[in-house]
Amino acid sequence: MTEPLLKVEGLKKYFPIKGGFLGRVKGHVKAVDDVSFFVNEGETLGIVGESGCGKSTTGRMLMRLLDPTEGKVTFDGQELTSLAPAEMRKARRDIQMVFQDPYASLNPRHSIEKILMEPLNVHNIGDPKERKRKVHEFLEIVGLSSYHAKRYPHQFSGGQRQRIGIARALMTNPKLIIADEPVSALDVSIQAQVLNLMQDLQRDLKLTYIFIAHDLGVVRHISDRVGVMYLGQMAELADTESLYEKPLHPYTQALLSSVPVPDPGFVREEVVISGDVPSPANPPSGCRFHTRCPFKMDICSKEVPLFAEVEPSHSVACHLYEACRPQ
Amino acid sequence: MDERKTILDVKGLRTSFFTDDGEVPAVDNVDFHIRQGEVLGIVGESGCGKSVTSLSIMGLVPSPPGKIVGGEILFQDKDLTKLSDKQMRQIRGDDIAMIFQEPMTSLNPLFTIGDQLREALKIHKRDWSKKQIQARAVEMMKLVGLPRPEALLTEYPHQLSGGMRQRVMIAMALLCDPKVLIADEPTTALDVTIQSQILKLIKNLNERLDTAVLLITHDLGVVAETCERVVVMYAGKVVEEGPVHTIFKDPQHPYTRGLLASVPDMRFKKERLYSIPGNVPKPGSVKIGCKFAERCEFAFDRCRAENPELYQTADDHQTRCFLYDPKEAKSHDRTVIES
Repeated sequence: MTEPLLKVEGLKKYFPIKGGFLGRVKGHVKAVDDVSFFVNEGETLGIVGESGCGKSTTGRMLMRLLDPTEGKVTFDGQELTSLAPAEMRKARRDIQMVFQDPYASLNPRHSIEKILMEPLNVHNIGDPKERKRKVHEFLEIVGLSSYHAKRYPHQFSGGQRQRIGIARALMTNPKLIIADEPVSALDVSIQAQVLNLMQDLQRDLKLTYIFIAHDLGVVRHISDRVGVMYLGQMAELADTESLYEKPLHPYTQALLSSVPVPDPGFVREEVVISGDVPSPANPPSGCRFHTRCPFKMDICSKEVPLFAEVEPSHSVACHLYEACRPQ
Repeated sequence: MDERKTILDVKGLRTSFFTDDGEVPAVDNVDFHIRQGEVLGIVGESGCGKSVTSLSIMGLVPSPPGKIVGGEILFQDKDLTKLSDKQMRQIRGDDIAMIFQEPMTSLNPLFTIGDQLREALKIHKRDWSKKQIQARAVEMMKLVGLPRPEALLTEYPHQLSGGMRQRVMIAMALLCDPKVLIADEPTTALDVTIQSQILKLIKNLNERLDTAVLLITHDLGVVAETCERVVVMYAGKVVEEGPVHTIFKDPQHPYTRGLLASVPDMRFKKERLYSIPGNVPKPGSVKIGCKFAERCEFAFDRCRAENPELYQTADDHQTRCFLYDPKEAKSHDRTVIES
């Protein structure tokens, strides 16, 4: 088997909580706590979870927009976590990001041409003439026109701005694109346009995506494999079909059964969970989901379940499965 | 036909905003009604006028620049658009209550939950004793499923999670037994597992208290799970109205069809999503003709020249599209849209 394009091992991010006298550190928010996964070239890995589960923090650490507290990220044979800042900047040429809010992620004072040219300037790609040609080329690729280059962000609708955000990410011909909730600020009809565009680009430019979102329908549509995060940990990771058809973790089951389905005649199998997500500053002992889990056993509050492969390419962290119980 | 009595009747409502660029119609001749104890959904994308419709009913359209320029909102034989501010204040929060999208920002951070719940009762139930008011507040907190209600009443909003805050908002809205509850995107800011809890609560309270609910949302899944009837809005107009089962099974207006086809379904994988080309027109930019014509794959000359009206296609189903005009039925074969 070929090496995966991206490999993440034991990734952690703890944010210190400061307070009290002299602002001493009095605890940590464990935003991401021991997450491992890999992404193969050309595929889309979806990461889902509710707010505060650490999915965005994970995405940012892959780009080193946030430095991990612990763990290793290997991209295309190169270990990113040990790179010096200048080298990391070079590596970002191959990893680009698309952000959620197309209103906040484009500088309102820069023309579209300037916004799109910036990655080329930073990475020193081509001469000014070539850069301009590339800007026009990519505007066309994402479904806009070259005459849009002279305009400013406020002259575009939300969907068009997200197209610009995608064009900016594509300027350096990256291999991997991390898309953090790229369609959640958009209306359904526009969302469908952007999702289709992303799929076309993946096919034409042989891109690899990490698609972070909270909408389970969108994630199913675009992903080849899906990881479900809960309170900073990976609860389940599997091929899309197998995750949606046969979810193993009670949290995944509950999550899937909470999604409103656009079919009034649909009768669901319900897995009801009560209460809210606990605070990541003080996560529950043992399995982090045990406070809300309908299948809780004694062991759940005591031992942390292992994240283990219980079926071919279907991993889960839950004591209901033999393989996850620590020996 | 539904036997229940109509409790709120919106007729030809027109709400405009007056800006430097002239009059911008946000709600353009909107008609719908809600029956007693019914859950009616208004669904549409941003800018379709669904929120302005709800604000118009509550008399909360920011004025200036906004103004109700036409139509009536009949509630218990009174036209709400004609009432004075004082009269409107008596109805608002008492007979018609509203919950908003952001439970974080609709509670005052400086007052306890109890202060905020009691305030509504102090205004609307002037003859109640302090004890009665407190008892009612505790009762409502229990009703919406909040744990340890007495203790929570002494806490501040920041001490509560998003889901709990939305429960408090619902408790507050239901304090005076309103006849109509307007819920404007009540679960949009919440996570799915919390969203399903809140939707169940709204549905449950609707059944137990017989409160009519006007649910405004952009999420077709939420509509399918909670509403009995749906009004689909596009660019300030009602484009289709009907029972939820018919709309989802047999959508008629090309916009409703497109919208339903664009939603990725969690239950199975579609190879490619249908997408409606283009963008929603700027309010007021389409002066004549169907507002959806430029994005519609079935549009013909008449769509750009005349304004379509709502055509009755069944007893309880109407569509604003010339394809359903009985006069067009012959010349434009129905098979075109059935394909």
